[in-house]
Amino acid sequence: MTDAVQTANVAEAGTDSAVAIAVVRTSTIEKILRVVIPVTMVALAIGLWQLHITVNQVPRYIMPAPGDVIMALYSDWDTLSPSLLVTLRITFLALGIALVGGVGLAIILVQSKWIELAIFPFAVILQVTPMIAIAPLLIIYMPDTQSALLTCAFVVAFFPILSNMVAGLKSVDHNLLNLFELYGANRWQTLIYLKLPASLPYFAAGLRIGGGLSLIAAVVAEFAAGSAGKGSGLAFRLLESGYRLNYPRLYAALILLMITGVAIFAATSLIAWLLLHRWHESAMKREN
Amino acid sequence: MRNVSKLFSNGTLALKDMTLDVHRGEFLSLLGPSGCGKSTALRIIAGLGGASSGSIDWPSSRINARGLPEGDVGFVFQEPTLMPWATVFDNVYLPLRLTGVSKSAARPRIMETLDSVGLADFERSYPRELSGGMKMRVSIARALVTKPRLLLMDEPFAALDEITRQKLNDDVLRLWRESGITVIFVTHSVFESAFLSNRIVVMRARPGQVCADLSIETSAIRDANYRTSEEYRATTDRVSRALQDAIMLGAQGK
Repeated sequence: MTDAVQTANVAEAGTDSAVAIAVVRTSTIEKILRVVIPVTMVALAIGLWQLHITVNQVPRYIMPAPGDVIMALYSDWDTLSPSLLVTLRITFLALGIALVGGVGLAIILVQSKWIELAIFPFAVILQVTPMIAIAPLLIIYMPDTQSALLTCAFVVAFFPILSNMVAGLKSVDHNLLNLFELYGANRWQTLIYLKLPASLPYFAAGLRIGGGLSLIAAVVAEFAAGSAGKGSGLAFRLLESGYRLNYPRLYAALILLMITGVAIFAATSLIAWLLLHRWHESAMKREN
Repeated sequence: MRNVSKLFSNGTLALKDMTLDVHRGEFLSLLGPSGCGKSTALRIIAGLGGASSGSIDWPSSRINARGLPEGDVGFVFQEPTLMPWATVFDNVYLPLRLTGVSKSAARPRIMETLDSVGLADFERSYPRELSGGMKMRVSIARALVTKPRLLLMDEPFAALDEITRQKLNDDVLRLWRESGITVIFVTHSVFESAFLSNRIVVMRARPGQVCADLSIETSAIRDANYRTSEEYRATTDRVSRALQDAIMLGAQGK
């Protein structure tokens, strides 16, 4: 179904003041600029970084040049890649559990205001307590460091998803609820056909926040936990490189974290777009 | 409905001992100033929020657990009330889906209903792509898809411009004539009620009660010519006077 066909249909049907909203096509030049401008800006920033090193003759043990970092990324890949995998695993596992748990608990919470009243204090207390403050406790209580890190990342990613989903499930159009009641819909049908689709924009917001936070939490928790040795993530590599004054490797680890963060942001944005672009304001192109 | 009263939890008496007999095949308008309980009455008939006292008696024998005749009532809200994430087709499919009809089995019926409101070409459009009038048509199609015997409409065209509203009025009349359905139409427009109905029940506020029951008989065909006819003018005068009386009574609070 193309826009052209849509518009033709409107003309054909000729019903009242009907005008289907035509989607404005971005011109080719704008499409190219959309890619070129951000890429140029990043390249420019790297250029300035190199210029600063060259002009001011900054020694390598204070700040490495971009070339040194790329070299480190290449030569230390055997050290960095297992750590990257550890961090990625904690991040995505935490996000996955947070998604299932957040959506699941939200559905239970909105079933009855009594359940909500009973559970919400714990949700709020856990949310407002700084995670880094409870990380040392988790290290003690959890059987191993990995599960402690996972718990930390989970706790942080869980609440934005939970609170967004609760808001979403409650924000359903009242008339639509009446309509479902009129046609004798049961609780399950109302959930599947009405409440869950209606809360998709909120879910998307929760996913984007939770995705970013789970990476941050995975790193911060590792700083707090002070893991070491083989099974350690990128945060440990950052600390280790710092102690050893191996700044090119530290920068390399940092860049891997940045790329991971950007990738998570891109992925969650893409999921949000896929879920919403057909119908929701937040994901639509506008004519004016 | 018999002696129906509705007392809101804030102590407002929205309806007081309202009794109304609706005859099969009638186009009945409930007309009155805002706050006269006409929408409340409609919602009670639809089973949305029960009455504080009194009862609704249905001629039908098939009454479901909620006291409504099964699949026999369609409701059109003030707003189109469509699901923005679903296509026009899926929106109209909803009442059938909730009663467990499969999509393929429902398709002919949905397309037929969409055709009757002039939207057969838009089954795959999303609500945001439609104008206000078209969204209302989808809403009407959704109410009609179960082939109800009673159609309840709650100020459905209040938010539309005059031209779109007249067009939809023509269409509603045509659908009513073709299907022989009973319609209860809530409005605060004298002209709309006089054009559409063969019976107008005027209501007053504080408390909400029936205050006049007018029968609108005409041999003329209700079309564009009828809108400018002397007969139509006389009818609207009569309805306007009845409404004036109702407003006076409501203001005095007697």
